[in-house]
Amino acid sequence: MNALPDFLPALPEIILAAGAMLLLLAGAFSGARGQGAVSLGSVALLVAALVALHSADAGARVETFAGAFVLDRFAVLMKSLAIVGSLTAIVMSGTYMKAARADRFEFPVLVVLATLGMMMMISAGDLIALYLGLELQSLSLYVVAAIRRDSLRSTEAGLKYFVLGALSSGMLLYGASLIYGFTGSVSFARIAAAATGPEPALGLLFGLAFISAGLAFKISAVPFHMWTPDVYEGAPTPVTAFFAAAPKVAAMALFVRVLVQAFPAITAEWQQIIVFISIASMLLGAFAAIGQRNIKRLLAYSSIGHMGFALVGLAAGTETGVAGVIVYLAIYLAMTLGSFACVLAMRRGDAMVEDIGDLAGLARTRPMMAAGLAVLMFSLAGIPPLAGFFAKFYVFLAAIEAELYWLAVIGVLASVVGAFYYLRIVKIMYFDEPVEAFAPIPRELAAVLTVTGVVVLFYFVYPAPLVSAAEAAARSLF
Amino acid sequence: MTDWPILSIVTFLPLVGAVLILLIPGDDAIARRNMRYAALWTTSATFLVSLLIWAEFDPATWAFQFEEKRDWLGGAIQYHMGVDGISVLFIVLTAFLMPACILASWEAIQTRVKEYMVAFLVLETLMIGVFCALDLVVFYLFFEGGLIPMFLIIGVWGGGRRVYASFKFFLYTLVGSVLMLLAIMAMYWDAGTTDIPTLLAHPFARDMQTWLWLAFFASFAVKLPMWPVHTWLPDAHVEAPTAGSVILAGVLLKMGGYGFLRFSLPMFPLASDTFTPLVFALSVVAIIYTSLVALAQDDMKKLIAYSSVAHMGFVTMGLFTLTTQGVEGGIFQMLSHGIVSAALFLCVGVVYDRMHTREIAAYGGLVNRMPIYAFTFMAFTLANVGLPGTSGFVGEFLTLLGAFQINTWVAFLATTGVVLSAAYALWLYRRVIFGTLDRENLKSIADMNPREVAILAPMVALTVLFGIYPAALIDMTSVSVDHLITQYQAALDAAGPASLAALER
Repeated sequence: MNALPDFLPALPEIILAAGAMLLLLAGAFSGARGQGAVSLGSVALLVAALVALHSADAGARVETFAGAFVLDRFAVLMKSLAIVGSLTAIVMSGTYMKAARADRFEFPVLVVLATLGMMMMISAGDLIALYLGLELQSLSLYVVAAIRRDSLRSTEAGLKYFVLGALSSGMLLYGASLIYGFTGSVSFARIAAAATGPEPALGLLFGLAFISAGLAFKISAVPFHMWTPDVYEGAPTPVTAFFAAAPKVAAMALFVRVLVQAFPAITAEWQQIIVFISIASMLLGAFAAIGQRNIKRLLAYSSIGHMGFALVGLAAGTETGVAGVIVYLAIYLAMTLGSFACVLAMRRGDAMVEDIGDLAGLARTRPMMAAGLAVLMFSLAGIPPLAGFFAKFYVFLAAIEAELYWLAVIGVLASVVGAFYYLRIVKIMYFDEPVEAFAPIPRELAAVLTVTGVVVLFYFVYPAPLVSAAEAAARSLF
Repeated sequence: MTDWPILSIVTFLPLVGAVLILLIPGDDAIARRNMRYAALWTTSATFLVSLLIWAEFDPATWAFQFEEKRDWLGGAIQYHMGVDGISVLFIVLTAFLMPACILASWEAIQTRVKEYMVAFLVLETLMIGVFCALDLVVFYLFFEGGLIPMFLIIGVWGGGRRVYASFKFFLYTLVGSVLMLLAIMAMYWDAGTTDIPTLLAHPFARDMQTWLWLAFFASFAVKLPMWPVHTWLPDAHVEAPTAGSVILAGVLLKMGGYGFLRFSLPMFPLASDTFTPLVFALSVVAIIYTSLVALAQDDMKKLIAYSSVAHMGFVTMGLFTLTTQGVEGGIFQMLSHGIVSAALFLCVGVVYDRMHTREIAAYGGLVNRMPIYAFTFMAFTLANVGLPGTSGFVGEFLTLLGAFQINTWVAFLATTGVVLSAAYALWLYRRVIFGTLDRENLKSIADMNPREVAILAPMVALTVLFGIYPAALIDMTSVSVDHLITQYQAALDAAGPASLAALER
């Protein structure tokens, strides 16, 4: 027992942790001049972590740090998604941050630290590691939300996020302590072993409910979604792009792992919770977005709805369901990053514009950007043959297998309601008369939009790799 | 020839054309002309390939032909294409109408020509794919994917209320289809595959059939459209550009009828049997009610749109009789209506391009200035009425014959629709073509130009040809239809004693 734990499975995390410290020092000593170099260094760090992750991947399940850190197929895939999300967010932030004179070196470093937290979350094998990862991620995110400290809206968003996030962390901790009290362990494997039996202890169920509430906060599922629209709108747009992508993936992965690995015996109990928040999120996401004028708020409600759809797969509680969640998150990541690349490109002169009316006639002023955004919107609406259809296809396939017919019916009807506001954006871009054109789209945003648009548009040509990877990842959890 | 993936070629050839058009730079007059010609050549080539399929098709077997199979979505869901006697003619119909659509848009569309032609070619790929697909997921992909280009076609190049019409079209169709998607998933878990030939042989439990049937019905009834979910159609037709209306009436509506034939009837025979009275009731209501509504219209396109709903009522009635005459009549009616209603919309387009109004009251006495147009319009009006000697007669007669064997009252009530169709169609003709030419702006109206004649002349010829020699189409379908009916009856017979036994217990 006294031997040192095996560090190798955590090599990507170690690279990120050590690298982030170095970058922080480098940034602090070089001052404002070093911002570009720090950004570049962060990107290099994330790429290095991605490479290390895949070279360390043996395919089998590895545990280290006495079971607190788990590396399996699922972890590798979800971490890769999180890293890609963070990486893209840093790349997309460049132009905006310069223009807003918010190009502080802390931003990329904090994103790296948040990514480190996410990776810890995804690999968590017990409740302590879960909390550590979650807090590292959350604290970085609170600061990033308020990174424009001279902007009222940004600081307000950061404060709001912090207060509500702290509340959710409290609930999560409370639930964790109940679970520890009633099972005598923090390790997922031992909780699973203790939680069997015909009648689960009431305290355990309370703990489960509180943990679920805390995690639902992090993925902004209804009824714990209130912070999302305000934070999305208030935070600087590159930060919002970051919030919408990687942290959602990581929190959802954590949610999946906790429920599937720690509570497999009481699936029927947590299924009820997930079914409820899934239906509530899908409906609220669909209906509340209809009235939005601000594109960032609209995307906030859209992300609430999409988390609801992803939860449909988790609600099934089966291997197919988890595979569906993974496919959903991967495709959601691409769609979200692409959409935010467009939002970041909505710039006239020096000012960003955020009203959806500003997109009017984009098909004529910037046809390529309009085509890209239209593809993403149709995909978000789940129209075949775009990638978003396959995302929905797999989660609903799992729901039907688990005989959750009502959940599936409500879900698809919510997706029709949701289609309305995505179509409205297409309508504004294609049917309306043009207004003043946007400033030329920066190269990095054009690149992100092109890549995501192509992925989403042509996913149907060769869908098998992602599906089989997701299936392998889901199998590693059961 | 047979080892070529000819169905994939006919499906994706328009997409190749779309890519070529995307590569044409610029937006000047020459570029636009090139785009139009590229679209015309692509659709014509596709039509030739579809004729080749028709020629190579062996009508003596009910089995699927020209089959292609490739791995696609994991093991159970494959890219599977193939045609039988039921689907092959719809491919030809689609490919036949497309060049006409491109020609009809030659002068009418002057803005965003590139996007327009690309949208139409993408739409053609998706439409042909619907009729070729032999896997439910592939079918759904094509079926739903068609919404995107059609939404854009109505919304960008449509009339005054185009936004309302395009949203209504999109959301109505989507609501029905997502329920069908859930049914497809349920079938996947029950049968372990979404392969259509396998599913055709898979017996679903009786109560499951009921739910699956209803889910598929939700989709196809909206698409067809059946009363009372037809209200999107008049709006979409009125606002769509001429070519959009042609495709809507000519092909998209047929997907609903094709769906009934391909899925509802053979896969859920027990449920189809249970719900036949419902379908009959809705069909009769559609025939009579929408005919009466058509009488009250003052917009030419809206009138033809309502008449489409009525004619589709004949289709559903015929299909659900499950008699040889009824089903073959239903298919024939769909093909005939695909030509006739498409041609009627083209005829409206001819005068709309000149006068920019579809008000019936704005016309009158056109025969004095436009004799060729008057003749063409008359040919299609009479075909729409169902005059013997035109293709419209054969379809209506056969479906009524089928219905008569099953339920005399249904046949009787539906026949009143034939009378009503004569009333609204001939009255429309009288108001537009005859009378005195006393409007100033009509006095200089020109007759059809060679381009318009080239579009409509083949359609006149086909309407008459299929009216006097319907065997050209019926011989293609009869073996497949007989097989369908035999299978259907066998399924009912197999379930019959069991259900009787259940009742006695």
